[in-house]
Amino acid sequence: MSEKKRGRPAGTGRYREPTQVMRVPSSQVAVVRGYLEQLRPLPGAAPEAAVARPVRPPDRRRLLPLMTWPVRAGFPSPAEDDRDDAIDLNELLAPRAEATFLLRVSGSSMTGAGIDDGDVLVVDRSLTADYGRIVVAVVDGEFTVKRLVRRDGKACLEASHPDFPPITLRDDQELAVWGVVTRVIKSV
Amino acid sequence: MAVLALVDCNSFYAACEQAFRPDLLDRPVVVLSNNDGCVVARSKEAKALGIRMGEPWFQARQRLGEGGAVTALSSNYALYADMSRRVMRLLARFAPCQEIYSIDECFLDLTGLPEDPGALGRRLRDTVRRWTGLPVCVGIGPTKTLAKLANRLAKQDAGWEGVCDLGACAAADRDRWLAATPVAAVWGIGPRLASRLEALGMRSALDLAGADPRRLQRTFSVVVERTALELRGVPCLALEDLPPDRQQIQCSRSFGAPVTAPRELAEAVTTFVSRAAEKLRAQRSEAGAVSVMIRTNLFAADAPQYSNSLVVGLPEPSADTRVLARAALRGLRRLYRPGFRYAKAGILLLALTPAARHQADLFTPDRSDRGERLMATLDRINRRYGRETILLAGAGLHRRWAMHQANRSPRYTTRWDELPVARC
Repeated sequence: MSEKKRGRPAGTGRYREPTQVMRVPSSQVAVVRGYLEQLRPLPGAAPEAAVARPVRPPDRRRLLPLMTWPVRAGFPSPAEDDRDDAIDLNELLAPRAEATFLLRVSGSSMTGAGIDDGDVLVVDRSLTADYGRIVVAVVDGEFTVKRLVRRDGKACLEASHPDFPPITLRDDQELAVWGVVTRVIKSV
Repeated sequence: MAVLALVDCNSFYAACEQAFRPDLLDRPVVVLSNNDGCVVARSKEAKALGIRMGEPWFQARQRLGEGGAVTALSSNYALYADMSRRVMRLLARFAPCQEIYSIDECFLDLTGLPEDPGALGRRLRDTVRRWTGLPVCVGIGPTKTLAKLANRLAKQDAGWEGVCDLGACAAADRDRWLAATPVAAVWGIGPRLASRLEALGMRSALDLAGADPRRLQRTFSVVVERTALELRGVPCLALEDLPPDRQQIQCSRSFGAPVTAPRELAEAVTTFVSRAAEKLRAQRSEAGAVSVMIRTNLFAADAPQYSNSLVVGLPEPSADTRVLARAALRGLRRLYRPGFRYAKAGILLLALTPAARHQADLFTPDRSDRGERLMATLDRINRRYGRETILLAGAGLHRRWAMHQANRSPRYTTRWDELPVARC
């Protein structure tokens, strides 16, 4: 290791590793040169990087189905042409995934609207809260589920249960709608 | 001319917490680093109280009188990662090309879109706000460096209302804004470079833009030359829509309590290797070497101090957690000295190569693909059922050393049993 080295420092050349001289048949020079071209590091690659930058395959590999049904002599499956992907529940429950959030229900003031204690609500924050819709509102810093209605020209949050009076907001309370409830997930 | 936008979430971690805690809106909130040590994010109101970025929380708390009205939360990376994914996907709808630059910011290429860039910026700001609850600022300019600078202006000066388009400014106005921006605030100019530039009289972004590019290249580097050109509106940096693979993968943590037993250190090292190996396989690489590091608490001035690290090479590159952990533990056995109270350990995977071009070792028996298949199965199970559903037993189950995260909020968007609660 103490031997004095000449030339450029090891590993800094075109191939980032030591090289050596080699005889090649004249007819094959172009082939070898073409191969070496591919080994050349890409501009901007770090010196310690591998000789070529890896090509990252796409996230989901899509294999082309050559023959997805076992090949048998005899009558081919009539279903092969009508194959479909399985139903994706997200299409129904969360068409705008970025804006969709799930909340757990606690309480029974909305049983009349089919929302029971322990249910999971699908809430879409991208929707505008129209009157008549069930919304998640913020009241005194907490999430509350109620129906947004208009009474005497004022917005008001209404329960769907006879025992619970509607929430009319005091003048110092601001009505903030966090999102609109689009679905209820429940066990039956 | 190109039209590039930089969209950046305001106080991202704190804003994610506030999105699910309406009672914390408009209140001082800080998020603490791993192990609840330092402040890593502050809401606007926390900044106004003078809490500094990176400040040790115990200091800030004392200064404010046991924390005052500040809510301090442990970091909740599952939540931040999910909210980041939502914001990035939503923003991707607005432009044909996107470069995700960090967890809370991305570049968008708006070149050639029919809508006025400023109007588009306001529309995407409103949309992100409404769909995710997170506030963002938008900076627009003809180059990445100017877009970044515009974003800083939009954040600092409320007059812009969150969207600053330097491309729409008259040249004189743009110069005025560049003159008002210190050179240290320019993208790509670190503090040391900034003081060297200032010593040469270049104090503002405008000074740097006006400097002779060739002289900058000779005196500093081609990076500084490009930055100066970009400030003049000459694009030198393209959008990168695929991030380059990492050349090293690191995982290190401070312990929640000091560790003295070698078995506990081994648990920690095995845990860190497992985590890093998962990332290694995700980018389809193999590691040729593992570096191990352990150290005592540098702030405990009166305690005996020890800090050391060691690189262990592998006979052939591997992405197998078991192989990498065995190598790391071999290193740890050589590093370990009894009689110290260890505060931190870490590992680093080095000499990464693409797994597709695996170079076999002549003297190692031909490896079967059983290990690879086992690792692929392990990753699939852990992706589906949650991290560490299956783990090496050596990573430990009790983990007395594990981090303190005394005040982590629920993982509202990634766990069925931690959903936010709606009263009714």
